[in-house]
Amino acid sequence: MTDSFSCIQNQYKEILKQYLEDKNEIGLYQAQQFSKKVLEHQISPEETLSFHLDAIEEFFPDIPHSLRDSFDFLLEVMMGYGMAYRAHQSLRDKQKELEAEINVAASMQQTFLPEEIPQVDSLDIGVISVPASKMSGDYYHFIRDENDCIGVAIADIIGKGIPAALCMSMIKYAMDSLPEQRLQPGALLENLNRVVEQNVASNMFITMMYGSYDPHVHHFYYSGAGHEPGFYYSQKEDTFEELYAKGLVLGIKRHTKFREYHKQVEPGDFVVLLSDGVTECRTEEGFIEREELIELIRKYKELPAQEIVEKVFYELERLQDFQLRDDFSLIILRRKV
Amino acid sequence: MSIQSNVEVHTEWGIVSARQAGRNLAKDAGFGNVDQARIATAISELARNIYLYAEKGEIVIQYVEDTESPVSKRGIKIIAKDKGPGISNIRDVMEDGFTTSGGLGAGLPGVKRLMDEFDIHSTAGEGTEITAIKWLR
Ligand SMILES: Nc1ncnc2c1ncn2[C@@H]1O[C@H](COP(=O)(O)OP(=O)(O)OP(=O)(O)O)[C@@H](O)[C@H]1O
Ligand SMILES: [Mg+2]
Repeated sequence: MTDSFSCIQNQYKEILKQYLEDKNEIGLYQAQQFSKKVLEHQISPEETLSFHLDAIEEFFPDIPHSLRDSFDFLLEVMMGYGMAYRAHQSLRDKQKELEAEINVAASMQQTFLPEEIPQVDSLDIGVISVPASKMSGDYYHFIRDENDCIGVAIADIIGKGIPAALCMSMIKYAMDSLPEQRLQPGALLENLNRVVEQNVASNMFITMMYGSYDPHVHHFYYSGAGHEPGFYYSQKEDTFEELYAKGLVLGIKRHTKFREYHKQVEPGDFVVLLSDGVTECRTEEGFIEREELIELIRKYKELPAQEIVEKVFYELERLQDFQLRDDFSLIILRRKV
Repeated sequence: MSIQSNVEVHTEWGIVSARQAGRNLAKDAGFGNVDQARIATAISELARNIYLYAEKGEIVIQYVEDTESPVSKRGIKIIAKDKGPGISNIRDVMEDGFTTSGGLGAGLPGVKRLMDEFDIHSTAGEGTEITAIKWLR
């Protein structure tokens, strides 16, 4: 620090003296610049006050005693601000520490998500998943089994931020601990439900949609656990229909059955899976309607799947002034040929 | 120059006397008016805690010299002790924002930051002893 404490004190004296002589805006401008400087050097309010008193005593050696003493009074009143100022500094340091910790946790969490999307000749897959803050309560997962079937999971932990993120990591391990051989969506959710029910705090709820695409026959089987319905786009009809799967949220009841649904996927058809951060995108006029979301997807439907999800995300993000209120995940699987 | 003051704290008058004693000693020791006010504020907060939570206790203010450190230091030491209920959750009370007044930077963490050294020892049911030192610069 080249500007030592007494250096700054002298500077105060000089600019104050200048101001008292000229009494112009330049002087006040310098005072404002000085005020930045004291903050930069972490000089507390009571200290600044004493700069003033020292300077005044020097400029006016015979200032009335009682005026001089009134500064002691003011000094005492300023002590609270001084203490608040120091608390602010230490809280700021603490916040930086916390932020650094969260950044580490967030990058660890990133490793829970698939590094790459499976490449399959018959499918065009697009994925976007963006947390509202640093850590996400959304989870998605792709599995490709030995028969080349593609499993896709999307899960949403109710709540967001760090608690949701912790819960999300448990889901990741629950998924990994499932039996090796391929499970049908219903059976998979039943298994997962058992793990969640036993291991995850009872106040955390997880919704999930799991689908399995068989590229040999182009069937899409899916089951849901209280998850936000997706959409199914049929190219022949040029229509979007709701992709709904009835089922209880994970972790509520130990023995739960999940019904399995199925679609025959034609070339150009696509499946849209989403987390509720997509539909609960809140604009000034309220939540966006699912209809509006469909229109948005329709607008970009000719683009590759990855571009569709990115474009839709960008538009919804813009609608919310670039401040996500909930974790956002959107997946599109389209049959190419 | 007196080198120690002991002040009983049982009423708000005691708080004022303790502040006064601390300020006088700080002044004699050569502290400037800002540090005098800081020492008085620290004493005030400690004495007020005694008055509010332990009913009565004592504030001892001493002139101290540290001749052991490479550069010898001089300063003022405050000891606040009482035989009140004690503090069972010291970790909590040393966190910012725990004070009942809710003021930012107030309470014991604030006292710690006003002073250069701070040490608290308390046993539930037996009492509390807080020591704080401010060194002359
Ligand atoms: N001498 C003491 N004996 C027993 N308990 C104490 C003592 N000093 C502090 N405490 C306990 O520690 C808590 C925190 O004290 P602290 O001085 O930090 O804040 P406060 O007194 O609650 O609020 P403030 O000082 O801002 O008005 C008190 O609420 C009280 O419960
Ligand atoms: Mg207090």
